[in-house]
Amino acid sequence: MTVIGWFQIILYCAIIVALTKPLGWYMTRVFDGERTFLSPVLRPIEAGIYWISGVDEKREQHWLTYTFAMLLFHVGGFLIIYGLMRLQAVLPFNPAGQSAIAEDLSFNTAISFITNTNWQNYGGESTLSYLTQMVGLTHQNFLSAATGIVLAVALIRGFARASARTVGNFWVDVTRCTLYVLLPICIVYALFLVWQGMPQTLGPYVEATTLEGAKQTIAVGPVASQVAIKMLGTNGGGFFNANAAHPFENPTALSNFVQMLSIFALGAALTNVFGRMVGNQRQGWAILAVMGVLFVAGVGVCYWAEATGTATMHALGLTGGNMEGKEVRFGIVASSLFAVITTAASCGAVNAMHDSFTALGGMIPLINMQLGEIIVGGVGAGMYGMLLFVILAIFVAGLMVGRTPEYVGKKIEAREVKMAMLAILVLPLMILGWTAVGVVYPAAVASMANAGPHGFTEVLYAFTSGTANNGSAFAGLTGNTFFYNLTLASAMFVGRFFMIVPAMAIAGSLAAKKSIPPSMGTFPTTGGLFVGLVVGLILIMGGLTFFPALALGPIVEHLAMNAGNLF
Amino acid sequence: MLREIRPAIVLLLALTAITGLAYPLAMTAIAGTLFPVQAQGSLIEKDGKVIGSALIGQEFKDDKYFHGRLSATVAPDPNDSTKTVSAPYNAANSGGSNLGPTSKALADRLKEDVDGLRSENPNASVPVDLVTTSASGLDPNISPEAAQFQVPRVAKARNLPEDQLKQLVTANTEGRLLGLLGEPRVNVLALNLALDRIAAK
Repeated sequence: MTVIGWFQIILYCAIIVALTKPLGWYMTRVFDGERTFLSPVLRPIEAGIYWISGVDEKREQHWLTYTFAMLLFHVGGFLIIYGLMRLQAVLPFNPAGQSAIAEDLSFNTAISFITNTNWQNYGGESTLSYLTQMVGLTHQNFLSAATGIVLAVALIRGFARASARTVGNFWVDVTRCTLYVLLPICIVYALFLVWQGMPQTLGPYVEATTLEGAKQTIAVGPVASQVAIKMLGTNGGGFFNANAAHPFENPTALSNFVQMLSIFALGAALTNVFGRMVGNQRQGWAILAVMGVLFVAGVGVCYWAEATGTATMHALGLTGGNMEGKEVRFGIVASSLFAVITTAASCGAVNAMHDSFTALGGMIPLINMQLGEIIVGGVGAGMYGMLLFVILAIFVAGLMVGRTPEYVGKKIEAREVKMAMLAILVLPLMILGWTAVGVVYPAAVASMANAGPHGFTEVLYAFTSGTANNGSAFAGLTGNTFFYNLTLASAMFVGRFFMIVPAMAIAGSLAAKKSIPPSMGTFPTTGGLFVGLVVGLILIMGGLTFFPALALGPIVEHLAMNAGNLF
Repeated sequence: MLREIRPAIVLLLALTAITGLAYPLAMTAIAGTLFPVQAQGSLIEKDGKVIGSALIGQEFKDDKYFHGRLSATVAPDPNDSTKTVSAPYNAANSGGSNLGPTSKALADRLKEDVDGLRSENPNASVPVDLVTTSASGLDPNISPEAAQFQVPRVAKARNLPEDQLKQLVTANTEGRLLGLLGEPRVNVLALNLALDRIAAK
């Protein structure tokens, strides 16, 4: 670890904190339906969309209708991606002549993109046409991100409103989020990325003759437009197989730094949106503090482990950390930091191969996802995930003092706690359940690339990443098989929607409650005690659930490595 | 609930047209005008022919060139399409080795490469980036130490003084952005092009 390395980490955290307030202010205005400086340009487009689709923007929806609209929207998104992948061979914008994608891979990828996971069983440049990349993947990158954000906003409205029947209008929220938040940022961001060296062309792959006279086919494409939303919307699905490690998908140290910022920017800003909507920004800062504590701890361990390197490297006298599967322009610190950020949020883009991380360095991304990706988290998904944990923490605090728990003026009662538990139990069910199947079913065992405990970790990582809608991988695992295409699709689907529906039920039930003013007996939720309590609850829940699995994977691998065992 | 069906179709199609077609196509047009070189992939031409991209590494095996990092990229096996064969620096199928920290295959590979490099240059310690595969398999860079390490071999093959090559490496070393972001590095293709120019004089 170096001083300059830590300085990069501190700079990163400082910029995120600085962005939280202005972005939160802007997003609050957007979701409150107020005018913004972009309204003169965007308002006519927005009104036009409502007009052709028959949306009455004044009419708000009950939480059930809101959820139903969201689900319906995703059915359409699924069909578009699936159809494009199956038919891409006969559709335009296919200069590389990519053929149709198999049913199981198309199914997996369509589920993967509507759930904001972007698991890459597809190979990017080696399997997808430009049309599939743009209309299939880029469009769903926008819409699954917008969906995550508006669901969080709906839950926040549940806290903020009193005696209300409705939580907003899904169509209006999703349109405004796309037009006013995601699209304008992406336009500027994509141009910045091209300036840094990212291709943006519809031309064919380039044939080059190298200095030594060999042939090299260089894949290009409309990369920047997709990467901008892939990072901002915490989608993470790569244009290229190697994702953000590919020099075209992440050309410079600066592009890397900005990509890392864009993963956290909107998720962090949502804490401020929460604070503003419930009428006390300190409530938002307290939540960001919980996230910050967990984040910095993860970065510290991962950076230390990668900078230390492996026992094999030490024995050979190699210094400079574990560079296997990392790029020189990022080095140890930017690779470790990226890995922690991308799994703390549900992004899943990678700028280094997590499969080649040290045992403990690779365990941090795993833990981040198993905790439910609430450390900033996916855009929106992190916020509603965190609020579920907050509800539980408040409930536990209430039990300690024997008083009905309250949070930002709302009584937390049996229904909310039941729903929160239901949502959180999805994680162990899908992760541990499918991993157990994956390590005994022969066709699944054959997919492991590494032997010994690392092979087990590959399977555990795959189902963790799928369920948590992350999309990063221990990529040695051969995921494009019938077994993994279907099981991962189920993990992604359940992990996304079985968490959303209970969260929306909470939104509806909270919105209907009266707001009660804080009294002497109200547990303050803006101070250090609250932050400590939530951090503790998250770690205890995650630890109790996943420690046995971690012990079988990364922990035993670390011990084996230091004992000199190879597999 | 029935009245949600129309927006589910029409609004989805409208937003798909905006974000999936209008946005990427507009970006392609604007980027192509503002940054034509980058938008096409930062291609390098020599005598009218494309010899590669400034951002994409290419394979160097000859002793007279500086070598890049190891690449684990593969290509479909021409004899059996269900299998793959090693194809270093395949810029149409990026990827890493994905070998874990306790992998015997990785340990054996590291040992063999470290031994090979030690016999090539016994006077310097082996830089870790010269014996590890990059994440993309297309890493265009090596560390300045990795370039300096190869100077004796290249000098011998080119019959050039070592000091001149050391200066060349230094001149081709890029530092951290603002002294802070990223890592010091050398672009292998740019270095080798500069080397060819010197040798031609």
